[in-house]
Amino acid sequence: MASLITCPHCGVRPKEEFAIRGDASLIRPAPSASDEAWHDYVYVRANPRGRTVEHWHHIAGCRRFLVVERDTVTHEVYSVVDGTAAAREARR
Amino acid sequence: MRYSAFSIVRNALSGNLNWKPQWRQPQPKSHYDVIIVGGGGHGLSTAYYLAKEFGVKNVAVLEKGYLGSGNVGRNTTIVRSNYMLPGNEPFYEFSMKLWEGLEQDLNYNVMLSQRGVIMLYHSDAQRDAYVRRGNAMWMEGVEAELIERDQLKKMIPFLNYDHARYPILGGLLQRRAGTARHDAVAWGYARGADQHGVDIIEHCEVTGIRRENGVVTGVETSNGFIGCGKLALAAAGNSSRVGEMADLKLPLESHVLQAFVTEGLKPCIDHVIVYGGGHFYISQSDKGGLVFGAEIDGYSSYAQRGNLATAEHVMEEGVSMIPGLSRVRVLRAWGGVMDMSMDGSPIIDRTSIDNLYLNCGWCYGGFKATPASGYCFAHLIARNDTHPVARALRLDRFARGYAVDEAGAGPQPNLH
Repeated sequence: MASLITCPHCGVRPKEEFAIRGDASLIRPAPSASDEAWHDYVYVRANPRGRTVEHWHHIAGCRRFLVVERDTVTHEVYSVVDGTAAAREARR
Repeated sequence: MRYSAFSIVRNALSGNLNWKPQWRQPQPKSHYDVIIVGGGGHGLSTAYYLAKEFGVKNVAVLEKGYLGSGNVGRNTTIVRSNYMLPGNEPFYEFSMKLWEGLEQDLNYNVMLSQRGVIMLYHSDAQRDAYVRRGNAMWMEGVEAELIERDQLKKMIPFLNYDHARYPILGGLLQRRAGTARHDAVAWGYARGADQHGVDIIEHCEVTGIRRENGVVTGVETSNGFIGCGKLALAAAGNSSRVGEMADLKLPLESHVLQAFVTEGLKPCIDHVIVYGGGHFYISQSDKGGLVFGAEIDGYSSYAQRGNLATAEHVMEEGVSMIPGLSRVRVLRAWGGVMDMSMDGSPIIDRTSIDNLYLNCGWCYGGFKATPASGYCFAHLIARNDTHPVARALRLDRFARGYAVDEAGAGPQPNLH
């Protein structure tokens, strides 16, 4: 795993400052969605070998949720963006 | 060849030139009744029990690397059955009982050493939790002992009893628990399965699962197509990848766990000691090296290597518990890929495809489960019926609301 993460708010920081929430590719279903949709959201994971996007929480910094795109085999980090900005981008 | 004192003498007298390989290196046949994907501990024990206990002998185990190259050769060798939840404890106790008879059963020295596993507590609340766990064990007929501080000081004098933040107040001891030689477990099961006619095919990677009319007909491999009546997946950290070949979506995330071994020392640590202030565990191998590990690194990964920051954290926990460890030099460190499930408990079940069976989600606790996992999985494959001790370990438990969450951490795989 890369030792340094470039937080869009705080700059280059050691990765120990972050807590990993998990898969950021999942989209939260509507409250009225089926049990199956909620089961898939809560429990099922694509678990990719290669590129993945994750929510990371910068707990020892800006305390913002970030979206980190990285590789689960090489551990290379491709991009780090703010979570809210990423969600807004996805909605557009 | 069965091993005995006589065979050692006879082979010594003939210059040790006549030992036979422990298993064959067969070419794959075109069709098997059962194919098991994954030649690790669980795949091999499944094959062994299928052939020996359930009479299914036309079986192949496909392993993409060499035998025992995955987690069965990468763990800290601890075997125990000190779980709390009723869905887990009978299963792990079944495993512990199989461990106790394994060497006789396999005619193979797996070096089972029932040296006792002690889990330390550092606060009154933690003592209460361990009393509860000990009682839960007794409820399933498994003995557990609460060791108070004075008694523990006599047993294990070198611990940091008066640590300011994590004073050691006592521990919960399971005397029957201990360690086993992990490689020998893989080799013993491989040899046993081979003797019962199972084909173990190494360096044979499954690249696709062929299906017709909703059932599996065989697997595409690096050695060509091999047909099968039933397909059983025991691919540990790569379960999601193999499952994907049959469009299975699994409640798993693959994470990396590290383990460490120090230079050889004279005998000093007689038990398996588990720290309660973190998740550090340590024992001493028969060669003298201290074998230890702690939590997973925390990020999903398919790389069999860990992160230096986690290594540092593990060492800090160790030195906090046993200050003398700071003087010992670490010889090697390595990582394994863990199939972390969403509740921290394993899955042994059928799937939505009739003749496809699934064994995964062992998190970082698969080694101790090797015998029971194989036995229960073989039971399921042979009889299409769940073994009684594995009833709680179903794939659909998440959808039904019956998660077996030993840590109480919720559906967050990096916290189990």
